Amino acid sequence: MHLEVFAEGNSFLHKLDPRIKILVLLLFAIFCAISQNLLIPFIYLLLSIFLVWLAKLHFKTLLNRIIGANFFIFFIWIFIPISYQKNPYIDLGIIKLSWEGVKYALSITLKCNAIILATIALLATSSIFSIAHAMSHLKVPDKLVMIFFLFYRYISVIHEEYIKIKRAVLARGFKSGTNLHTYKTYAYIVGALLIKSFQRSTEIYRAMLARGFNGIFPLYEHFELKKIDFLFGIILSIIVILIYFL
Amino acid sequence: MNNIPIIKLENINFGYDSRFILNNLNLEIFYGEKIGLMGPNGSGKTTLLYILTGFLKPFSGKIIILGKERKEEKDFLEVRQKIGLLFQDSDAQLFCPTVKEDIAFGPLNLKKSRTEVKEIIKKIANTFNIQHLLNRPIYQLSAGEKKIIALATVFAMDPICYLLDEPSDGLDETTKKRLKDLLNTWVKTCLIVSHDKEFLRDVVKKIYVLKDGQIFPYQDFFQEG
Repeated sequence: MHLEVFAEGNSFLHKLDPRIKILVLLLFAIFCAISQNLLIPFIYLLLSIFLVWLAKLHFKTLLNRIIGANFFIFFIWIFIPISYQKNPYIDLGIIKLSWEGVKYALSITLKCNAIILATIALLATSSIFSIAHAMSHLKVPDKLVMIFFLFYRYISVIHEEYIKIKRAVLARGFKSGTNLHTYKTYAYIVGALLIKSFQRSTEIYRAMLARGFNGIFPLYEHFELKKIDFLFGIILSIIVILIYFL
Repeated sequence: MNNIPIIKLENINFGYDSRFILNNLNLEIFYGEKIGLMGPNGSGKTTLLYILTGFLKPFSGKIIILGKERKEEKDFLEVRQKIGLLFQDSDAQLFCPTVKEDIAFGPLNLKKSRTEVKEIIKKIANTFNIQHLLNRPIYQLSAGEKKIIALATVFAMDPICYLLDEPSDGLDETTKKRLKDLLNTWVKTCLIVSHDKEFLRDVVKKIYVLKDGQIFPYQDFFQEG
């Protein structure tokens, strides 16, 4: 599975120092989340769209990710307008929709999408390894960084294991149907997946220990802050703060 | 039967990202042919087997198996039921909780009845001498034992053609000899990927080499000492 599709680019944002990107994103996310009304979240959304444009990301892949994330927001649209306790109402016979509730749901949607897009534009344009690396430079506890990195690393390992098992199943002419053989096979696949990923992790842990791992990921390459990084960080931070006080 | 190839590849092109692995590759395997396939590491031997079984789709070219062109996933169901594939990594082959169930999996997919499957397990266990392993969980087996079980799961399906990726890898002398006997008596048609020259010399009649994305006959293989 290829999770770092957006990291392979050559845009301005790809070349920035990940430390700056993490800090700016943090600022962006906080100010965007606490902003009021509809106009300011909307401007944040425009800003994040601008960042995505700057990163020159593959549009179709991006759209897929956004749709996936908005699936969760969809539920907000079902519940909030019906349950919000504020006037005025839009009377639809059986149910009453709160106008304030609709506004509230819209505001959440705008903010979520702004933050998601900004995260993709800023963080997904660096490889996971350099993000983890930047996190440890920013004095995030080593254990957290390691959990983050291994978590990411193992999503693809488990996916690889799944592909292997699926091949093994297909190679012997399996065809799913509505029968016990099919259900049993699926159960075996899940079981095998659990055991195999556990085995894999044990093996890799051994391989890490064999090479002198002592709980901390050593940093091999170091980042270098350039003028352009500072400039980008300062300008974007000012914009983010200004939008908030608009 | 003898003049139609079981497997025919025409001008197959395949690569990973921008790296070309198979370059206008052609291959024919006729009924009754036993072929060994050699080639340097990374030359695309496993890739070729995955293309034959439909796990990888070539960029271009024709795959004709059992007289029919195979293009989509559904075309390969028949291929996979009639052509047995042994994976290079036995861990990739085995996934059921116990050895017995893993051997039963293929025959069950071929819609064999419970009694038939029972017979097959018994027969296979005798042939491979693995009666003592039948009820053991897969993950407790040693690497060599896993290889034998993986072979057993392929043989249990009694395929028309065997595609074996490094079958002799990690086997002890006794087991290797038994495997050679099996390949000589039981198997009619096969393509064996291996680096084990001595093993190949005893079981196949023809050697191909995969190099620079194409297949060449290895002329002097059987004359070499």
